[in-house]
Amino acid sequence: MFSLLADKLDNTFRRLRGLGKISEKNIADAMRDIRLALLEADVEFGVARDFIARVKERAMGQEVLKSIKPGEQIVKIFRDEIASLLGGDAVGLDLTDPARIMVVGLNGAGKTTTSAKLALRLKNEGRRPLLVACDLVRPAAVDQLATLAEQIQVPVYKPAPGSRDVVAVAREALEWAKTQNGTVMIFDTAGRQEVDEALIDELRHLHSFLSPRETLLVVDAATGQQAVGVAQTFDRAVNVTGIVLTKLDGDARGGAALSMRSVTGKPIKFSGEGEKLDQFGPFVPGRMADRILGMGDIVGLVEHA
Amino acid sequence: MAGFFKKLLTKFSRGTRIDWDELEADLVTADIGIRRAMNIVDQLRESRGLDAENLVESTREVIRQAFPATPPSLPAPPEGYPLVILVVGVNGTGKTTSAAKLGHLLQKQGGKVLLAAADTFRAAAVEQLQSWAEKLSLPLYKGAPGQDPASVCYEAHAQAIREGCQYLICDTAGRLHTRHNLMEELSKIRRTLAKQDASAPHYTMLVVDATTGANALAQAREFHKATPLDAVIITKMDGSGKGGVAVAIMDEMQISPAFLGTGEQADDFETFNRDRYVDSLL
Ligand SMILES: Nc1nc2c(ncn2[C@@H]2O[C@H](COP(=O)(O)OP(=O)(O)OP(=O)(O)O)[C@@H](O)[C@H]2O)c(=O)[nH]1
Ligand SMILES: Nc1nc2c(ncn2[C@@H]2O[C@H](COP(=O)(O)OP(=O)(O)OP(=O)(O)O)[C@@H](O)[C@H]2O)c(=O)[nH]1
Ligand SMILES: [Mg+2]
Ligand SMILES: [Mg+2]
Repeated sequence: MFSLLADKLDNTFRRLRGLGKISEKNIADAMRDIRLALLEADVEFGVARDFIARVKERAMGQEVLKSIKPGEQIVKIFRDEIASLLGGDAVGLDLTDPARIMVVGLNGAGKTTTSAKLALRLKNEGRRPLLVACDLVRPAAVDQLATLAEQIQVPVYKPAPGSRDVVAVAREALEWAKTQNGTVMIFDTAGRQEVDEALIDELRHLHSFLSPRETLLVVDAATGQQAVGVAQTFDRAVNVTGIVLTKLDGDARGGAALSMRSVTGKPIKFSGEGEKLDQFGPFVPGRMADRILGMGDIVGLVEHA
Repeated sequence: MAGFFKKLLTKFSRGTRIDWDELEADLVTADIGIRRAMNIVDQLRESRGLDAENLVESTREVIRQAFPATPPSLPAPPEGYPLVILVVGVNGTGKTTSAAKLGHLLQKQGGKVLLAAADTFRAAAVEQLQSWAEKLSLPLYKGAPGQDPASVCYEAHAQAIREGCQYLICDTAGRLHTRHNLMEELSKIRRTLAKQDASAPHYTMLVVDATTGANALAQAREFHKATPLDAVIITKMDGSGKGGVAVAIMDEMQISPAFLGTGEQADDFETFNRDRYVDSLL
């Protein structure tokens, strides 16, 4: 299905590029194909609609009509718009003292793994990360983080079994940190659904207690139409400073990334590309733009045209 | 309630006409997929006697018909052997939690259950299932960290046969469907389970997260190739995800949900009911 679509888009673009004169119908046909491609890549409905409207408006405008190769112009407009939605180069972390990073997200998104990956990365950069297990809900969540911490030789704060109050745990962890000689603390939190007000409230309390420099929202690349709502709700509650997109090693098209970025304006800072702790790095917007439409070849074509 | 229907009414009507675009938007937003959404809209457009008032019900009816009236149910355990259930899926969907919930459900119904912790890969995956097992008083066979998951399943199967269990539920490690070697590992688990009972495994369930978009279909396709699926479990239905991917999986593969996960507690697990499910879609 996906490759079929990429082929279709490919044809659409080839046809457009070949045209010396462009009719409204050419444009309408192209927009229909692009819209389909965006929605099949899980770009949010409203985001896709606005995107198409913008590209269409520009495509009908002077810059296209006056150009010698109008088709090429449209393809370029299209690419520019996608790239601008995803943002420029990856944005780094604010690690000024006291450097605290809170990791939040839906159940199973990859928070615990990401916390450890981030710790490893910071450690390799010469910093001294400390991990704190603030998931008191999921069975064996503390064990999971502790196991990963041991693998990468990073100190970890483990709350006493039976602890229920995350703020109390965080307070203990700050005390513990004084004995650890760390330079940056990473707080792994329990997964939760954004519609669960009690759990979102708990997160809000933890956030206001910690006042973290960074609050990273971890999102599975395969997320569908709810991505925007999820990002907005977490942002309202805990002021998200960046997004981490996980499981990019699969074949999900990742339209969620585009949607979240364009609606919330929050940069996507890192991406996870595997279960191993070194399969992690800064997010590359350009690669993502191609992936969303399965159109690496097309972009290449235009670039070299 | 009246307000709710009024809202739906005005939502899909443009003057006296039906707002088809709005209907399409709602279907897409539920993650049914754009092609299926367009197809449903086309189908409805051709039917007579539709107005903004009966549109929602007619739409639900079209979707409802795709699902079986009664959800797939677990077969009875074969004579003298446990019914072997394999729980599979991509990373983080809720396999371990669902395996525990299912074990709990079967035990409540009087079944003798054994859980097999065959995720020997992910950090503390065994401890996670063990913690569920202790909480729910479910017997568990533990693999050692790094032990071959097929051998864990084999040993657990032997124990289940020996102890006269009716159900063996194998929790497997999360794996992306694009990883060929990991998918091959599932086929190996199947072959190993068949050694002590040629008909095992008897029931394979794919666990899908309700917030997943179009990728769920790719997941179902690839898992089905590696280990033929009997049913799906849609988890996290308590969130904002509508789980519309079940429609796409049903349409293309005729594999229906059997259970829905509705929370993080052991009892947050429902038998799939197509009417309730479809009503919650739009
Ligand atoms: N393939 C792949 N798997 C990943 C990636 N990141 C995390 N995972 C896997 O996804 C699953 C869930 O990861 P966790 O880190 O436990 O997720 P979590 O958000 O902490 O989960 P909860 O705490 O239960 O909400 C595990 O099987 C991880 O190994 C990734 O980038 N690629
Ligand atoms: N809200 C909600 N959370 C759920 C549900 N089912 C599972 N979860 C949560 O989702 C997260 C992941 O669940 P797991 O059971 O560890 O998922 P898994 O598929 O075994 O993960 P891996 O083995 O790492 O691939 C945990 O935080 C669970 O508590 C559900 O129905 N609703
Ligand atoms: Mg976690
Ligand atoms: Mg698991």
